[in-house]
Parts: sequence; C-alpha cells; structure tokens
Amino acid sequence: MIWETVIGLEIHAELYTKTKIFCSCSTSFGNAPNTQCCPVCTAMPGALPTLNKQVPELALKAGLALGCTVTKHTKFDRKNYFYPDLPKAYQISQLYAPILRNGHLTIFTDNSEKDIRISEIHMEEDAGKLIHDNESGISKIDYNRCGVPLIEIVTAPDFRTAAEVTSFIEELSAILRYTNVCDCKMQEGSLRVDVNLSVRPEGTELLGTRTEMKNLNSIKAISRAINFEAERQIAILRQGGKISQETRRWDDDKGISTSMRTKENANDYRYFPEPDLPPIVIEEAYLSALKDSLPELPQAKRQRYIAKFGLTPYEATMISNRKSLAEFFEKTLALCNDPKEVSNRLLGDGLKMLNETGLNIEDSFITPDKLALLIDKTNKKTLTRQQSKEIFELCFTKSIDIEQYILEKGLCPITNTDTISEAVKNTLLKHPDTVKEYLSGKTKVFGFLVGQTMRSLKGSADPALVNNILKEQLNLLQNNE
Amino acid sequence: MNITDFSVTQLSSMIKKKELSVSEVTNAVLDNITARDKNINAYITVAAEKALQRSKEVQKLLDNGELCDSPLAGIPVSIKDNICTKGIRTTCASRMLENFIPPYNAHATELLENAGAIIIGKLNMDEFAMGSTSETSFFGAVSNPWNTDYTPGGSSGGCAAAIISGQALLTLGSDTGGSIRQPASMCGVTGFKPTYGTVSRYGLIAYASSMDQIGPIARSAEDCVACMKVISGYDPKDNTSINSTLSSFPLNKDLSGIKIGVPYEYFGNNLSGEVKKEIYTAIETLKTLGADICEFSFPISEYAIAAYYVIASAEASSNLARYDGIRYGHRSSDSVSLEDIYIKSRSEGFGSEVKNRIMLGTFALSAGYYDEYYRKALVARDLIKKSFDEAFSKYDVIISPVSPCTAPQKGQSLSDPMKMYLSDAYTVGANLAGLPAISLPCGFDGNGLPIGFQLIGPKLQDQKLLNIGQIFQKHTNFHKQVPGGEKL
Repeated sequence: MIWETVIGLEIHAELYTKTKIFCSCSTSFGNAPNTQCCPVCTAMPGALPTLNKQVPELALKAGLALGCTVTKHTKFDRKNYFYPDLPKAYQISQLYAPILRNGHLTIFTDNSEKDIRISEIHMEEDAGKLIHDNESGISKIDYNRCGVPLIEIVTAPDFRTAAEVTSFIEELSAILRYTNVCDCKMQEGSLRVDVNLSVRPEGTELLGTRTEMKNLNSIKAISRAINFEAERQIAILRQGGKISQETRRWDDDKGISTSMRTKENANDYRYFPEPDLPPIVIEEAYLSALKDSLPELPQAKRQRYIAKFGLTPYEATMISNRKSLAEFFEKTLALCNDPKEVSNRLLGDGLKMLNETGLNIEDSFITPDKLALLIDKTNKKTLTRQQSKEIFELCFTKSIDIEQYILEKGLCPITNTDTISEAVKNTLLKHPDTVKEYLSGKTKVFGFLVGQTMRSLKGSADPALVNNILKEQLNLLQNNE
Repeated sequence: MNITDFSVTQLSSMIKKKELSVSEVTNAVLDNITARDKNINAYITVAAEKALQRSKEVQKLLDNGELCDSPLAGIPVSIKDNICTKGIRTTCASRMLENFIPPYNAHATELLENAGAIIIGKLNMDEFAMGSTSETSFFGAVSNPWNTDYTPGGSSGGCAAAIISGQALLTLGSDTGGSIRQPASMCGVTGFKPTYGTVSRYGLIAYASSMDQIGPIARSAEDCVACMKVISGYDPKDNTSINSTLSSFPLNKDLSGIKIGVPYEYFGNNLSGEVKKEIYTAIETLKTLGADICEFSFPISEYAIAAYYVIASAEASSNLARYDGIRYGHRSSDSVSLEDIYIKSRSEGFGSEVKNRIMLGTFALSAGYYDEYYRKALVARDLIKKSFDEAFSKYDVIISPVSPCTAPQKGQSLSDPMKMYLSDAYTVGANLAGLPAISLPCGFDGNGLPIGFQLIGPKLQDQKLLNIGQIFQKHTNFHKQVPGGEKL
C-alpha cells in the first residue's frame, strides 16, 4: 500500500513590538531573568491587562498579506490551565472570534505551485520560561517572556511533504519579515512551528489519527521530524497497530521524538470570553489605511524581478525572500542598470560573505552605491573582475573608501600605453620561438602572449589595450620581415 | 457633639476653615476604632501610624493653600480589604493573602491619596467578596452594630458596620452582586454602586470582573457624592473603564417630573412583610415629594439569580486560579510535587464558600457544560439588559427592596447557602446589566434592625440616583439613626 502523509501547521510568531501585549514592559530578548516584569505580567492581585494597540495592527498586517478575512468584532478569550510559567493560570488568547480567518499562501516546490489554506490567525500572550536545575533539583521561573505578544497561524491540513512545509515556512517568514510583523528567528524562538501529522492510504479521503510535534527549532529539524514521524506512523499501521493521538517532543540531537502527553490527559481549557478586555471593533477606514501601508510583498517582487529584470525564478526567489537583500538589490539597480550583474554579485560573493561573517546585509559595511561603483568600474574596465571581487568582499567587514583604496593599493589598471608597450616588448623578447610561430601563421599562440604580458603586469592592465598593442607590435614585426 | 457625628461635607469645610485639624479628625476615628472594634471586628488592618503621619502632611498641604478644590482633603477614608493599598496589607479576608502587601495602589486608592484623603485602614469582608453576611472572613465574622448577634450583611459588611458605629466616616466598598447595597441596607447607611466602568477596577482584587464595581458606603447620599467626585473617571489602566462623562442631573427641591417604576415581581411573597411595609412608606414619601409612581411587570428578574451565580462563579474560578502558591500568597509547607503545591496550598488557603464557587464555576465552564450553563447565562444576561432598557424607556428609575429580609442572625445563612444566594435576587440585576444603583435607609423592623430600599437607574445616570437620594434624605431622618439614638 502507498501511504500519503497529511500535515497541518500551527505557527507561533512573536510580534515585533517594543512592549508586551498587556503592559508596558519591554519585549527585548536575552536580558537578566525577571527584569522585565510588572504587576500585570506577573499577575499580582488586582492588576488588569490593557491591550497594546500595536498587537492587532501587526496581526492584521500579517493577515492582510496572507489574504485573510478580517473579523470586524474580534474578542479575547481565557484559556485556563495551571502551570508555573503562566502566572494568571490562564492565557489570554482567542477562540470564539479570532481576528483573522480563511487566508492562503502559494508555495513553490519542484517548479509547481500549490495553495495552502490558512484556517485562522489569532492573537495571544506568551508564557514565561522554566529553568530546571537537575543538580540542585530546583526549578526557576523567568517571567521576562511572559506577555510577549504572539500570533498563532493555523493552516489547513494541506501539506503532503516536508518540502512543501519548508517552502511554506520560508515564504511565510519572508512575508512576516517584510511586513515587520516578526523577525522569524527560529533559534531564538520568535517563530515556533508545531507540526500536526497523520498518514492515510493514498487515494482515501478520511484523515488518520494525528500527532502534534513540538520543539522544532530549525527548518532542518522540521524536515527531519516530519520524515521520522511519517515513517513511525506508517510502521505502526503496517504492523496493524493504532496511532495514539498525542503530543510528541522532537529531540534533534538524537533524531527521534518521544511522547509528551496523550489525548486522555489533555487539559480541559474551559475557554470563556475575557471580561477584562472589551471586544475590538475594526473600522473599515483603519483597515484600508493599513492595507495601503503594506509594502510590496515577496511573491509580487519575485514576479516583477523575473518579468522586468530577466532574473531566473531561483535568483528572483533568493533575492525577494530576504527583505534586506531585495532592498539592497533595488537600491543598487537605481544606481547601475545591470540587474543580472547585481544579482550575480549578491547571490554569489554577497551571500558567501554574509554566511561567513554571520551578518545581515544591513549590518555590514557594503552599501548599494559601493556595489554600483564596483560594477561600473568593472564594466568600464578600470578595475579587473578579480580586483573588483576582492574589494567587494572586503567591503562587508571594513568601511573603506573604494576610490582611495584603489589609489593606495595602486590598483588602477595600467592604461599607460608606454608601460604596456614596454611589457609587450619584453614578452616578445622572452618568447622568440612563439613569436616565430605566430609570424608563420599559427595565430592561436596570440592568447599565450597576451597572458604572459598580463602576468608581467600582475593582471592590472586593461586586457583590450594589451591586445591592441600586442597586435600592433606583431604586425610591425611581420611587415619588417 | 463628637467629631465623627459630622458629615463628610461638614468636616471638609471645617477643616478648610481650620476649625478642626486633620489630625483631630483622624484621631477621633482612630479613638472610636480602639473603643468599639473589639465588639464589631470591622477592621482587618488599622494603619494608625501611617494615617497620623499622612494627616500631618495633608495639613501642611492645606496650610500651603493646596487641595482647596478637593472635597476629601483631610477626610479619613477606610477601604475594603480587596482594594489594593500600597504598603498596607490587603488580604481579601483570606488566609491565601494573609500577608500580602501590595507594591502598588488601586487606581481608586491613588485618587483618594491625591485628593488628600487619609487612609485609616482596611475593612473586613466576606472572603474574596463571596458571601452576603461578612461571616466567611479568615479574620472572623463582622458583627452588626445594631445588634451584635446579627451579621451586618455582606460582602462589604466591614464598611457598613464601620460607618454606622462611627469607626469610619467614608468607606470604599465593592459590589459584584449587591455587596455595597445589601450591607448598607442592613446597617442603616447609604451605599452606592456606580455604573460599571465608572470607577476603575485597577487594583480591585477580582471576584467577577464583568460585574465588580468599586463604590462608596457612607452615612448619606451627600457623602457618597463627595466620594464619587474623587474616585470616578476614565483610567487607561482598566480597558473596561468608561471614557465618557456621566450625565448631569439637577439637584432640585423635590421630585416633580420624576417617574419611578415599581416592579410587581419585586414585591411578591418572598419579601418579608416588615420590609415591604417600610418600602411602601418610602414610596409614599417619594410620591409626596412629587414623584410619579407606576407599577409594572418585570418578569425576567427571576432568571437573574441563576445567571448571576453561573457567570460570577465562572469568572471567579478563573480569577482565583492565580493563587497557586507559586509567586505569592499561602504555600503549603509540606508539598512534595508541583501538583501537591497547587492542591494543598489552595485547599489550605481558601475557605469553604470560596471553594464552593470555584468548583461551581469550573463546572459551568467545563467541556460539555459550557453551552448548557455558561452560554445560557449569557443569553439570560442579554435579556435582562434589554428588559432594563425597556423599563428605562418609561421610567427614570426603578425602586425595589435591597434584600427580602433584614440582617440575618449569625450562623443562620451559612447553614443554608441556597437561601443566602436567593436573597441577592433584587441586587444582582444591576450588576448583570452594569447599571448604577443606590441603597437608602427607610426604617426598622421589630427587632430594631435597619431596612433599606434600592433605586436602580439607567447607565451613566449616576447623578440622578445620587440626587434623588439626597432629596429623599433631606425629608427623612433614617440615615441619621445610629445605635443608641439619633445623632445630629
């Protein structure tokens, strides 16, 4: 029997706000424990939540970019459960009237397109962090993350392969970064993906029993976990076993998952409308202003890059999926009208340098005007390709003035015809046999002579000029004979 | 005449004219507490030292010409122990919060402090405001100053008992289902529950968030007005606080032009004969003052109790879940696991009435019961709101009893909680609909225990109720009666 894997995602994205969802504490990451808390986010008696207006705004931006329908009267609900990282013993979330519903996102795999449905997007608050010290047996709680705003994006079970899932996450991350909704740093936990997976005999409609996989901290981990879980389920079913509906935890070091809790001991969350926060009414005028404020999204950019600049789909995707790269690309194009060359430089040496240095392009020293200058000089042959590549790479880690650098290093291509003539003369003298061969009609050796001349000039001469002068001198010799 | 026999308005003006010093007034209240609270148990915490210190500071401000416009400058105020006071223990009358000292003020507390009021101490109540007799307190039951064998009503029983025994001149209470109005009625004082959202709930320890409301309990409607001037207003820290001004209403000489609706259903067989008689007398007085009295049918009210207890308990079960022994509050000393901490700390920290309501609310929200109980209660709540809207399209205010009986004897109610719940029938409607309501004294029963009546008004018509109350009290003396004889 051929098995089909069916996957749906629940994605938590930390919203890119300065302050928490219900109080004015900072959301910044990595500070000393419990230094970003107040009576509200630690649930002191009598404290009340007040909604950060940026939260629905960012949720709406994400939803509009994903083609969702907006719930005009949206409300918060309480999700009740006891856990030490949840000081109120309820999470303020949305169940009955989530802010957005029914969106979709197109993904691209193996040159084919597929539409993934987004069932809903809702707003909620993050919990704190527990730190267990196994040695002392003491558990500590850090409430800094408590109340950091999240949106949860829930997809329909539309995925069939790990590749589709990774493509979706890449597309989604690009959109969330473009709209400044989320920085999508999976390692820091600002984008967390839970995978719901079941299998069924291919060709059947009925969904199998699903499991939910947590603790997936990278795209690679997601991909591995999906393949592992699909195989695990298929193996069980092949042996006539039953899948138990459960939440599983992925261990990326060991490459396996283990059961966290089964459906039987799942919580009854006793959701009910949050009485401390009145319903939010989303006005049409506000919404259309928000729509207008959205930037051009990565998929639209990609299409434009292909149609207008002649980039390949791969190049267009690579550039458009990173907002900072796309911005850099477009700014450079404004200064130098050579899209193919800009794309080659960015995706070749550019990405290589970003990977090596671990920098974002906006944090490095390279700027669009520098790249444009380098391309211009190369095209005008005042820099050789090799020189221009070296300077480009240097520009990522050092703030340099290119013109000055060229002067200091004497990188100006030798355009002085006397110098070149002198070099050519020397080459001809050094290789009398080759010259003879040329004069006897073996013009193929011309290239060798150019190479030797360039070499003597350390590659810094204008090759065209070398060509011309060499030809001139050889012609002279021919005529003299 | 004693200092504590004067009204807030009178004292305020005497302090400003320097006929009395702030410290003299504060001391007068503190002296009464020392002399009388042994028998009443109205206070959980008396912050005497802080109060005297603050009296000196406020005196200085007044001497420097500041606080001239404040109606409460130098006025001692006592606060129900579920309203946070920075640096003063706030217990909710629960073992759970026995040693909780808030690092912040409730918004209402802050406004009182800014207005130069002197915070005297924290008043006893039913644990977490759950109860109608002030007997469920971890710190012991409150006695009714008219007869200490009787309860003062609840849950703000400490407020009402302190006012009538001269141990407080003005108090802040809270009202979720009648907790201001009912004890006010049972102690012969005036209690006002404002429109929901008029006074910020920030720092009011939540029982049922959609109905909780802070309001004054005082000797008279006039004193309630002075308090409301200070504590009402929009607060950005409370998203349910109302950002619009209250409707104004003239303080006329009489009540001509005022239409008062009398719902039949509120004067049925459940109402004790003595209470009914005194309220009818009050209705006659209102008529004499020019009010237009009309009876009408208000059948929806019979669903109010059920809707109230389902919604209030559901919200309470969630609001009180934070008392888990992890960050503050009572933690059982012999717990070995996380679940153990939760179970033992909560079992030890909460009293039985609180546990009743947490269990009731948890049940009402559980999978499979939500639709059957909670959702139906919300539907009933909507219908009740609509019925009130309809009534207020015909009448300015509605008159009703506050409680079917006068104050119950101690021990009586807790043995029959269902009867206690049903006795809230007249008051919970205003909470479900978010309406303002006032409780005014209007007589005594055969045992000499006070009787009160209630006026309920439309949303934001708080001033109308307070002014009708003031007009009624200009022509009656019930609010001047104190145990042992009339004062003033």
